[in-house]
Amino acid sequence: MVAEVVRAVLTTMTGDLTPIEASLLQEVEALGRTIATAKQEIAALRVDDITASHIPLATDELDAIVSHTAAATDAILEVCETLDKVADGLTGMPAEQLRNATTRIYEACGFQDITGQRITKVVTALKMIEAKIANIVVTFSDQRQSAVIPEAQCPTKLLNGPQLPAVAMDQSDIDKLMASFD
Amino acid sequence: MSIDKSMQVLIVDDYKTMLRIIRNLLKQINFNNVEEATDGSEALSKLRAGTFGLVISDWNMAPMTGLTLLQEVRADNRLKTTPFIMITAESKTENVIAAKQAGVSNYIVKPFNAETLRDKIEKVLGNA
Repeated sequence: MVAEVVRAVLTTMTGDLTPIEASLLQEVEALGRTIATAKQEIAALRVDDITASHIPLATDELDAIVSHTAAATDAILEVCETLDKVADGLTGMPAEQLRNATTRIYEACGFQDITGQRITKVVTALKMIEAKIANIVVTFSDQRQSAVIPEAQCPTKLLNGPQLPAVAMDQSDIDKLMASFD
Repeated sequence: MSIDKSMQVLIVDDYKTMLRIIRNLLKQINFNNVEEATDGSEALSKLRAGTFGLVISDWNMAPMTGLTLLQEVRADNRLKTTPFIMITAESKTENVIAAKQAGVSNYIVKPFNAETLRDKIEKVLGNA
């Protein structure tokens, strides 16, 4: 397109070009070549690989992480339930110590839910990146007939998922907020 | 005020692991009559079919979220006074406000500990 513009400008000009005009045209032509090269490079990115292979592979790996941690957590919980039954047969300090220990393990196993939700957020972000890359490639390449991948749906209102610890409200903040309504 | 720990408690979460954790923590504080549901729709069906003294629900579930479940419960003449605790990773102010406006009895943010769970249950059932 830039080359076409240069040619159009040249056809409208009469007489010799001034040094400034010649320099300007050279720069415009160079700009056109840079843009053409960039278009070729972007087209060579092979967005099909991203959408057909890279992103699905990444999301499959993340799903596998969720699956493995769920299996491990279930195994831990099963052992804890056995320990609770042992505690039921004990009395006094040993029973209390055993129950306190299993309580701590139950609490810690909540990580599986939180990590699962965080991974879901990552998968959603990957899908949005996939869609945006596809749109950029279609825009800058000559593959204007390529199907544009729709952007992943924005998260439903009020479904924000776990916040990062540095910015999240903790239970005491929530309690204060809840109390402010009373 | 003494709390009737034989009451039926409905716990709602789409993560089976979370249901198992909450069930075990409830058992440790002597709530043994616990029923489970994995989303809001199933929970609502169980609530309408039974008699529950407490609902403990996650927020982020499909197809019916915990917030919608809460709104349905509060709109139902028979269920509207049922104590309802939200346990969720949603910790933004807008979430807490929306839950409070919908009539939540108390709000626990994940990850939580057994002491927080026990404390909120006692507060909610003590006020029921």
